[in-house]
Amino acid sequence: MSSLSRDDVAKLAALARIEMSEEELVSLSSQFGVILDAVARVQEVNLDGVIATSHPQPIQNVFREDQVRPSLTPEQALSGAPAQEEQRFRVPQILGEAE
Amino acid sequence: MAISYDDVVAKYDPVLGLEVHVELNTESKMFCSCSTVFGGEPNTQTCPVCLALPGALPVVNARAIESTIKIGLALNCQIAPYSRFARKNYFYPDMPKNFQISQYDEPICFDGYVDVEIDTDEGLKEFRIEVERVHMEEDTGKSLHVGGATGRIHGADYSLLDYNRAGIPLVEIVTKIVPGTGKYAPEVARAYVAELRDILRGLGVSDVKMEQGSLRCDANVSLKPMGSDLLGTRSETKNVNSLRSVERAIRGEMIRHAELLDAGAKVKQETRHFQEDTGLTRSGRSKEQAEDYRYFPEPDLVPVAPDAAWIEELRKALPERPSLRRKRLKQEWNVPDKEMAAMVNADVLDIVEATVLLGADPTKARSWWLGEISRIANDKEVSVAELAITPADVAEIVALVNKGELTDKLARQVVEGVVAGEGTPAEIVAKRGIKVVNDDGALMAAIEKVCSEQPETAQKVRDGHIPAAGALIGAVMKETKGQADAARVRELLLGHLGQTN
Amino acid sequence: MINQTAAAMSEALVKGEVTSTQLTQAHLDRISDVDTSVKAFLHVDEEGALEQAARIDADRSSGKKLHPLAGIPLALKDVLTQDGIPTTAGSKILQGWKPQYDSTVVAKIKEAGVVILGKTNMDEFAMGSSTENSAYGPTFNPWDLSRTPGGSSGGSAAAVSSFEAPLAIGSDTGGSIRQPAALTGIVGVRPTYGAVSRYGLIAYSSSLDQAGPFGRTVLDTALLHDVIAGYDPKDATSINGTFPNVIAAAGKGDIKGIKIGVIKQLQGEGYQKGVQARFDESLEVLASLGAKIIEVDCPSFEYALAAYYLIAPSECSSNLARFDAMRYGLRVGDSDGASAESVMNATRNAGFGREVKRRIILGTYALSSGYYDAYYGSAQKIRTLIIQDYARAFTQADVLVSPTAPTTAFKIGEKSNDPIAMYLGDVATIPVNLAGICGMSLPAGLADEDGLPVGFQIMAPAMCDDRLYNVGGALEGALASKWGGHLISKAPALGGSK
Ligand SMILES: [Zn+2]
Repeated sequence: MSSLSRDDVAKLAALARIEMSEEELVSLSSQFGVILDAVARVQEVNLDGVIATSHPQPIQNVFREDQVRPSLTPEQALSGAPAQEEQRFRVPQILGEAE
Repeated sequence: MAISYDDVVAKYDPVLGLEVHVELNTESKMFCSCSTVFGGEPNTQTCPVCLALPGALPVVNARAIESTIKIGLALNCQIAPYSRFARKNYFYPDMPKNFQISQYDEPICFDGYVDVEIDTDEGLKEFRIEVERVHMEEDTGKSLHVGGATGRIHGADYSLLDYNRAGIPLVEIVTKIVPGTGKYAPEVARAYVAELRDILRGLGVSDVKMEQGSLRCDANVSLKPMGSDLLGTRSETKNVNSLRSVERAIRGEMIRHAELLDAGAKVKQETRHFQEDTGLTRSGRSKEQAEDYRYFPEPDLVPVAPDAAWIEELRKALPERPSLRRKRLKQEWNVPDKEMAAMVNADVLDIVEATVLLGADPTKARSWWLGEISRIANDKEVSVAELAITPADVAEIVALVNKGELTDKLARQVVEGVVAGEGTPAEIVAKRGIKVVNDDGALMAAIEKVCSEQPETAQKVRDGHIPAAGALIGAVMKETKGQADAARVRELLLGHLGQTN
Repeated sequence: MINQTAAAMSEALVKGEVTSTQLTQAHLDRISDVDTSVKAFLHVDEEGALEQAARIDADRSSGKKLHPLAGIPLALKDVLTQDGIPTTAGSKILQGWKPQYDSTVVAKIKEAGVVILGKTNMDEFAMGSSTENSAYGPTFNPWDLSRTPGGSSGGSAAAVSSFEAPLAIGSDTGGSIRQPAALTGIVGVRPTYGAVSRYGLIAYSSSLDQAGPFGRTVLDTALLHDVIAGYDPKDATSINGTFPNVIAAAGKGDIKGIKIGVIKQLQGEGYQKGVQARFDESLEVLASLGAKIIEVDCPSFEYALAAYYLIAPSECSSNLARFDAMRYGLRVGDSDGASAESVMNATRNAGFGREVKRRIILGTYALSSGYYDAYYGSAQKIRTLIIQDYARAFTQADVLVSPTAPTTAFKIGEKSNDPIAMYLGDVATIPVNLAGICGMSLPAGLADEDGLPVGFQIMAPAMCDDRLYNVGGALEGALASKWGGHLISKAPALGGSK
C-alpha cells in the first residue's frame, strides 16, 4: 500500500504554497494511502511503446498575428487588487529571490 | 591570500557555460496582444492573459516563433520538427500565473555553434562555442522595493508590481559547457556575447540593448585543477549587463573560486549577483537543492511543428553572418586588423558601410565616423547612430572635399552644422558662406601680411628651416577663416620665401 | 409560462404572446420563490437581466432580426467570467472578484440576446460531483431536497430542473454536466473538446475542461449548444473547422440503421438496479426505432478513473497557482512584517476548501521529479489507450452508450467523507473527457427503488456532436410518448406560486 507521511504532505504543501494546520496535514496523509493506491493502478498496465497524450485533439501550429490590441486600462487592471499604490500592485515584502 | 589572475590560470582550467536571455522586438507580447514598448506608465500594457486573470488563455505570437527559428538557424542549430511548450512551476510575485511558459525537453532549436576569434599571444585564434539549445519563454513583471535603507529587495517593507514587462517574448540561448579556453575564458565569453549581439541585430529580431535588459547574460563558471577531468562546482552569475561586465564577472569569479580552492574550501553551488561598481559578485540563492519545477507540457498550447519548406525559406533569407561580413569588408576596404577592430568596438561598421555604399571612399568614410563624429558623440555621451548626421550627409561631405569645394577643416564645420541640425551639407555651405579661397591674389596678400607680422619665423624658413612654415601656414589659414586650401597656401608661401621644393 | 421549453418560449416571444421582460420577471420571481430551498444561485443579476430583456423587447418591436434564443433567460455556472459580475468558481479565494472581461461563452450568449439571470453554484473550482464542495454551501436536488443535484455543475442543473431557468451553462471536466443532468432529470451535453472556447472558463484541468449546455429537452439543449460552439482565436486549443448542425440533428428523429455500441465495461456490477433497468429499457426503445444494438469492448476504461485523478489534479495544481493574493481575490495575513510568501501560504490555506487542497497536493506529488513518469506520465499513456479503445469502438458503432452515473442522486453528506466513493461516481463519464470526445446525458426515467431520475449517456466521436442529438432526440421522443410527456413534468412542484 502506498502512503505519504505527514512530513511528505508538509513538503508538498510548502511547494504548493499552502500553509496547513497540523490536523489537516495528518488527516490528509491518512487519506493519501487509499487515494494513491487507487491512482497507482495506472502502473498496472504495460505501457511500453505507448505515446503519452497531452492534448486530446491532434491540433498543431496555432498562432496569432503579431498585432497590438488595446490593453486594459490601469484602473481595470488594478480593480481587483487587494492593495495598490502608484498604479502598481502593492504586495508584502518579498523574501525569496527571483529566478 | 590575494592571488593573481596569472596564477589562477597557471593552476586551474576554467569551464564556462553561458545562458543568454534575449527579449524579442515583437510588437506584441509572447502570448497576448499587449504592446511591448519599453518604458510605459506602470500597468498600462496588461490584459487578462498577462495578468493571469482567472480563465484567460495564452496564444502564441507567430512572429516570436519565426524570430526564434531565425536565431536557431543563424546559430547553426537543428530546428525541431515538433516541439512543445511546458510549464515551469514556481511561485514568485513578479510572475502572475506562478508558472512560466517555457520549453523543457523539447526546445525548438538545438545543437548549434558560434565561432569567435580572439587575439591571443599566438595571434588570432578561433574558438567554437557549442550551443545546446535555443528556446522560447516569457519575461516576468518588474518589482519596485519600497522602504528599508537600500531600495533593494532585502529589508524592503513592501513591493510594488508593474506587469508591463510580464509576457514579453524571451529567447534563451544556452551553450554546452565550454572547456579549453584557458586564460582567454573572459575574452572568449565576451566575444561570444558580442557575436551573439551582432547576429541578433543583423537578424533584426531584438533591440539587443544590454543596458535596457533586452539582452542579459548569466555566466556559469567552474574551475578544475590543470590536467584534471573532473568538473568543479559552478557558480551562476546573474544578469551581467554589459560586454565589459561579462569579462569582468568571469575573471572575478575565476579568482574567487581559485582563492577558495587554494584555501582548501569548497565552492558553493549558488546564484551570484554581479555588482557593476565593484566588479565583484555577491552571494545569492543556494542552488545545492535543485528546485522542483514540476515541468509538464502546457495544456493550453498546442505543439509547434514548423514546415520544413518554410524553415528552408528562412534559412535562405538569413543575412550574412557578422564574422563573415567583417572578413569581407576588411578585404574590400583593405583595412588593417587594428582599424577593423576599432570600427567593431565603436559600433560604426553598419554606418560606415552605408556611407561607402553611397559612394564615399572607405578610408574617408571610416575616418569621419571613427574620428570627428565619434568624438562629437563621445562629448554628447550618445552613440554615433543617435546623432543627427546620416551616412548620406557624410558621403556628400566626402564628395565636396574630393571636388575641392571643402577643405578638411571646412568639412569639420559642416559636420558640426549637420549635427546641430542646421540642414544638409549643401545647405550649410550656402548658409554659412563656407567656400575654399582659390584666388591666389587674395592668398598672396594674406601671406605677405603674415610674413611681415612674423618676420623672424619667415626668416627661419628663408634660411631653409622648412618645419617653421607650419606656424605661418596656420596664421594664413586663420587669416582666410579656414577657407583656403592648405596645400596651395603652403606652395605659395614656400615660393614666396624662396623655398621651391 | 416558466414550465415550457425554451423552444416554446421562443415561439411565444416571436408571436408577441409574451415579452422577454415578462419572461425574465417570471423566472426572477420563481428564483425568489424556490431558491431559498434549492440554492442554485450564488448571484442573481436582477438588474442586468431585466435590462437585457428590455433591450431585446425594444429590438424586437423595432423589427430587428433576432436570434431564436434572444430574450430567453439562462443560468450561468459561476466558473465563467462575466464582465463586472461577481465570479467565484465556488471558492472563497475569489470572493468579491469582479472580472474585467467576458468569457467567449458569455460574449456569444450576450450576442445572441440570451438573458443571463445570474451565476450558479458549483463545487469549488469544479472539483466535485455533488456541489457540496462549494464554499458557499450545497445546492439541493429539486426532486428531493435532502439529496445532491450532482456536480460540479449542480447549481445549473438544479436551476433548470426547478424551472428557475429554461437553459443553463455548465462545464464538464469529468462528467460535471452529464452527471448532474442525470441526477436532476434533464438534458446536458459535454461538447467535443475544442468545440466551445475555454477563454474565460476558470481552468480546473485545461486538457479536460469544456463548457456545455443544459436544457429540459434535447432540442433546447441543441439551440444553446449552437450559440456557444465555434472557433475562437483566443483559445489555442479551439477547433478551426466545420461544426455539425446540432439543431437539425435534434429534430431529425430518424435513427434507422444507426449502430449503437453498449460499452461492456460501463454496466452491470456497481450500477444501481433501477439505473440498469432504465438503461436496458432505453436500449429496447432504441432498438424498436430501428437502431442496431451491439456490445463493444473498451478494456482500458478500467484505468480511466485512475488516469483522470492524476491528470486533473496535476493540471489543477498548476492552474490554481495564480490564486496567490497578489493581484486579485482574497488576501489573508497581511499584517506588519508579513512577507509575500507568508501571505500566499495563509491565503491559499484559508481560501481553498479541503477537496481543492487535496487535489492540489495530489497533483503536486504526481508532477514532482522522481514521480512524474510513474504517475502523470503513465496517466497520459493510459489516455492514449482510452483514445484507441474509442477509436476501435467507433469503427463498430456510430455512437456508444452507458448509464450516465452508477446511481441516482445520493443524500447530502452521504459521500462527503469518502473521496474514493465520490470519485467512483464519475466512472462512466470520465472516459469521454480523457479522449476529448462528446457526450450527452438525457433522462431515461425514474428508478423504481427511489423514484429518482436516471440518466442515459450517449457518446460520439470528436466533432460528431450531431449524432448525440440525433439519437438523443429520437430516444427522448419515443420515451415522451410512452410516458405521456417529458420526465421533467413529473418533478415536484416545490411549493412555488405557480
Ligand atoms: Zn497582455
